[in-house]
Amino acid sequence: MDLTYSEPHRALQAEIRELARTHGHLSPKQGGGRRRPDARTLAWQRLLVERGYVGRTIPREYGGHGAQPDVLEAAIIADELARAGLYPGIMSQGISMLVPTLLEVGSEEQRRRWIGPTLRGEIIWCQGYSEPGAGSDLASIRTRAVVDDGHFVVNGQKIWTSSAHYADMMFLLCRTEPDRPKHAGLSYLLVSMSTPGIEVRPLVTMTGRAEFNEVFFTDVRVPVDQIVLGRGDGWHVANLTLKHERLMLGDPSKLVHRVERIAELMARAGVDGERSIDRPELRDRLLRLQAEVLASRCHHLRLLTQRARGEDPGLAQTIVKYFGTTLGHRLSALAVDVLGAGGLAYEPRGEAAEDDEATTWQIDYMYDVGLMIGGGTSQIQKNIIAERGLGLPREPRAAPGRS
Amino acid sequence: MEFGLSDTQRLFERALRNVLAGHVPLDALHRLPASGADLDAKLWAALTELGLPGVLVPETFGGAGLGTFEAGLAAEALGSFAAPAPFVGAAVMAPLAILRAGREAAQAAWLPRIAAGTARVAVALAGLDAAAGSTSVQRHGERLSGRLDQPIDLAGATHVLTALADGTIALVALDAPGVRVTLRASLDRTRPLGEVALAEAPAEILTAGDDGRRVAAAMLAAGRAMLAADTLGAAQTMLDRAVAHAQQREQFGRPIGSFQAVKHLCADMATMLEPARALVWHAAHAQDGRDDARLLACHAKAHLGEVGREVARMATEVHGGMGFTHELGLHYWFKRIGSNRQLLGGPEQCRREAAALQGWGTT
Ligand SMILES: Cc1cc2nc3c(=O)[nH]c(=O)nc-3n(C[C@H](O)[C@H](O)[C@H](O)COP(=O)(O)OP(=O)(O)OC[C@H]3O[C@@H](n4cnc5c(N)ncnc54)[C@H](O)[C@@H]3O)c2cc1C
Repeated sequence: MDLTYSEPHRALQAEIRELARTHGHLSPKQGGGRRRPDARTLAWQRLLVERGYVGRTIPREYGGHGAQPDVLEAAIIADELARAGLYPGIMSQGISMLVPTLLEVGSEEQRRRWIGPTLRGEIIWCQGYSEPGAGSDLASIRTRAVVDDGHFVVNGQKIWTSSAHYADMMFLLCRTEPDRPKHAGLSYLLVSMSTPGIEVRPLVTMTGRAEFNEVFFTDVRVPVDQIVLGRGDGWHVANLTLKHERLMLGDPSKLVHRVERIAELMARAGVDGERSIDRPELRDRLLRLQAEVLASRCHHLRLLTQRARGEDPGLAQTIVKYFGTTLGHRLSALAVDVLGAGGLAYEPRGEAAEDDEATTWQIDYMYDVGLMIGGGTSQIQKNIIAERGLGLPREPRAAPGRS
Repeated sequence: MEFGLSDTQRLFERALRNVLAGHVPLDALHRLPASGADLDAKLWAALTELGLPGVLVPETFGGAGLGTFEAGLAAEALGSFAAPAPFVGAAVMAPLAILRAGREAAQAAWLPRIAAGTARVAVALAGLDAAAGSTSVQRHGERLSGRLDQPIDLAGATHVLTALADGTIALVALDAPGVRVTLRASLDRTRPLGEVALAEAPAEILTAGDDGRRVAAAMLAAGRAMLAADTLGAAQTMLDRAVAHAQQREQFGRPIGSFQAVKHLCADMATMLEPARALVWHAAHAQDGRDDARLLACHAKAHLGEVGREVARMATEVHGGMGFTHELGLHYWFKRIGSNRQLLGGPEQCRREAAALQGWGTT
């Protein structure tokens, strides 16, 4: 246990503070992420990539910064950007899920082609896994692809596909080997969303906005070299991305920032002139959640240390998504309660403009439930924690679920 | 920067757990008397051999010279076994107060004896707000009168260290004239309770005034971090036993651990405990004089109080009727977690102090 910063760490800290001073005004506002990045966001993202605050350990030849892995650097970057109120970079399925997956199992050509532009926010990806008949039981998907003249020809339907309405590319899980057992018959394809035969129909979510979609495939032709690993390896590749998705969804940086925002909200006088922070029952809830966010941050540092030492984090890693998304929802629930009846006006402004404070919290409060469902539901996470983390017996007879 | 145990810390923990496994079988807990338990001399001797009483005592005074992080690992191990041994008061709060009070003569006199296990110092902070100190004790020069309620680690203690409202930190020998010790039956038999009545009892004054208040606050925070670590260990044992039971107990022709209702109880316990462990590590580490020591101690104490309560209930439920029996002994951990929650301030109190430390709120 050693929580001191080394000289290079202090230098990194100073460097980011300097960036905040000289370039802070260029940062887009926090939030967003549910729309295509605008010019301001793209410029900021490019700056973060150049400085190595995004894609820090990704090799230079793939468009990253090529730094050695270091336990603390990512945490320092997140902390310092948050402290200065700066946008921490685009959080997207492409950056958080596909990039690490390609680094692990992508071909050299795939890494060179996709990682750089994805990091810079130029290529937006969506995740084509869920289908009407296959959610938790992901391996039962039916969208199929057959090989014809150097192409996979895809037919079928995906659903709940976030960002598909503005994405450039999809990482698609489909069935290519129908004669093999359920899990062994899948393949993982990288598909351009502008390919003829793809139709995207936005679905309005409970927040009132179009956030995810149905995607229909009719004879969609994908070059055979756009497969990651080989035919039948799709389940393996999809599980790698899901591991990264779960870590992304449980990332504590966002939660730390939320505690600060709620404390600030509570310290302002409400409509009745009273401050929530002076109300013992509301303040107690804030403190309770602050302890858990602190725990989640410490846990994150512990996982980073384990990874740096090459130890198997086992159980500790399996709880991240369930813990983080549940905690996130309890935080937005407190914000909604603090706003009270005064927070019931709900006026989402769409993609073009910033939402007001109350609307933002109400959206988060609802969206957080979505996060508890997406990426493997809380119940599925608990199965994973109990079976893989604690070694309890697997479900008898039931087919293995989304994992 | 490394957030985790070093190899030496792991060895230290393993050695301690081996000793505890040998000395604190379930039988030993069953044999504890309901009231007024004395010190388990054999266990104490074994722990002394390992250097536990002097874990924080510098090597120059014959101690192990380790830090509060290692002390936290020790507290966690003691909680894992529900070990009936003095520690939080005798090996952490008292030596920490003597060290922070900074009187060299007192350090030279007491620290070697604490490390050798011959001076066992109970700690009494009657008022929970460290600044207020004990309210029921008066000081007249170097004599104290009044009553110390529920000092920590009173069983088998030779001395009691107390913090008074005026900032005085004083050490009283329990065999001195004017001192009467009464042990009482406790919910948690592994931690006997009692009180100390003082009538013009002679005291050694370690420090006073603002300095004393600073020492008292540091001592309280360290004690809280240790109780949080103890709860972590106790709760982990309850989860481990619940998982083991769920794997082996069969109903409806299959292990109960294959039922999701049971599985999800276990998953929920693990999900609470894993991040709680990291928080306890951080809080214990911070007690070595870091700025955020008090805030982290409040948070760890409060949070483990809450998590402990949940795990204690859920793990008992997983055991069915068996879990409710005296014989199985799971209740020793249940009660230990319960007493840790109340000692040195319950969750609400700790959270209120955490708010004040951050300047949050006025009421
Ligand atoms: C906001 C949001 C964004 C999403 N984005 C994407 C995306 O970009 N790409 C994508 O492919 N998918 C996406 N999804 C889909 C998501 O992955 C699925 O909704 C999820 O895996 C659950 O599947 P389902 O909706 O079919 O529910 P079901 O699987 O039908 O589950 C319904 C209920 O049954 C429970 N259940 C099911 N099986 C079990 C079991 N074995 N044990 C215990 N309980 C069980 C579930 O926990 C849940 O409570 C998104 C979902 C949301 C909410």
